Amino acid sequence: MTFLQIAGLSKSYNNETTVLKDISFNVKAGEFVSIIGPSGAGKSTLLRCINRMVSISDGEVVFDHAPITKLKKRALRQLRTDIGMVFQHYNLVPRLTVIENVLHGRLGYKSTLQGVLGRFTEEEKEHAFFLLRKLGIEEHAYKRCDQLSGGQQQRVGIARALIQNPKLILCDEPIASLDPNASKIIMDHLKSITTELEITCLINLHQVEVAQQYSDRIIGLNQGEVVFDGPNYKLTEEKINHIYGTQMRELITV
Amino acid sequence: MSEKGMQKRKWQLTIALLIIIAITYLSAAITNFNFMDGFAAFPEAIGWMFSNLFITQESLERLPTILDKLIETIFMSIAATTTAAIVSIFLGIMGSKTTSVNSLLSVFARFIASVSRNIPVVAWALILLLSFGQNSLTGYLALFVGTVGFLTRVFIESIDEASPSAVEALTATGATYFHIVNKAVIPQSLPQMISWILFMIETNIRSSTLVGILTGTGIGYTFDMYYKSMNYNAVALVTFSIVLAVIIIELMSNYIRKVIM
Repeated sequence: MTFLQIAGLSKSYNNETTVLKDISFNVKAGEFVSIIGPSGAGKSTLLRCINRMVSISDGEVVFDHAPITKLKKRALRQLRTDIGMVFQHYNLVPRLTVIENVLHGRLGYKSTLQGVLGRFTEEEKEHAFFLLRKLGIEEHAYKRCDQLSGGQQQRVGIARALIQNPKLILCDEPIASLDPNASKIIMDHLKSITTELEITCLINLHQVEVAQQYSDRIIGLNQGEVVFDGPNYKLTEEKINHIYGTQMRELITV
Repeated sequence: MSEKGMQKRKWQLTIALLIIIAITYLSAAITNFNFMDGFAAFPEAIGWMFSNLFITQESLERLPTILDKLIETIFMSIAATTTAAIVSIFLGIMGSKTTSVNSLLSVFARFIASVSRNIPVVAWALILLLSFGQNSLTGYLALFVGTVGFLTRVFIESIDEASPSAVEALTATGATYFHIVNKAVIPQSLPQMISWILFMIETNIRSSTLVGILTGTGIGYTFDMYYKSMNYNAVALVTFSIVLAVIIIELMSNYIRKVIM
């Protein structure tokens, strides 16, 4: 069953710099898809076209039967509540506590007045604590976010995405600013939780090995075009070189 | 940097210094300002200050009146600052790139800030004096207008640097504009805003003395009255009490800053 359908998607800034060229692929419900490619290939832009954080120049994006390209303001907001997003730099409000940041994920379901006054129901608060417990950071619930380590902050970011009860999670380089240990924790959590809750997950990654290890399917992007799309075992060395346009061993200095 | 480059920099510094000295000399020559005469006048001026500007028993009797006016001035400065801060928060949100609703409003906010900031408070006081007459409202308005200009500008900057990333995250969750402003922008930039408001209260107490002289209100007017009636002992007392008030307020706001940051 096709859950997310992208057809002929193009994006250019000022009609000059083309970032994405005629991208087409479908994602099935519950899939865990990695998008890899060199810096500047358009990975982040592609993710942001799906929840329309950037406007779409041309093409169609259909998410769960909703034509994203055509949605008006209010409908778009409603749709965004179904799509969680996790960022490279966590994008939390550093001065607020962990629990406050997690509850921000519920704002999409609130009227303006409810949200401004911060009226969250008991179930929502319990859900927030449940998620923090699941991610192993319950004891930090009342700490300010700027007191946490990078890996812990990213877990807060994931909790904020999950409390939306999303059908899809978009992760934009979630482990790019983390050390290998924290990276593994984050990837394990993302994988296990999305599998358990049957959430579809699209994730931008820099590390090819991580993509191969965790995802069912990998999409390779180079200069705004899809140059590889297939299950992870089909991603051979040759294909990787094609995606990055150079020898892998030169790229990675481990 | 190479050795040659360092030598070059030394030369540049010497030349710059020489130019500054030349400009100083030139401007003194053009304005007929004589340094020697200026320095020579110092001892006499200081002698006058010591013989006239001291607080006597007699002037202390006027303390209740002076304190009354001083308190009035302090409250006026606080009122002008806080009301201006409320207006500035809205203008700041409109003017900041992260939170602006549309570019027209943003330009409008920046324009208001720029106009009211670039006309000095003294000029505002004199302009408003013509239309509002000599009363405390004029003094209040002069401070208010200048403060709006300054605070709007610093609020725009505080908001700009506070949280563009959190704004992006909340937009992605489907939060409304007011949610984003209230839950991401304001919490993140509030401490800095409060710090600027405190700074502005201090500044306004200082400038309200001058504004008071011009608009005939508050402690400035008291100062002016004693000065014109040549009651220099009272002038000294007024000056002393202003300095003391400003120092106390400064200490208080420093403490508040330390607590909230």
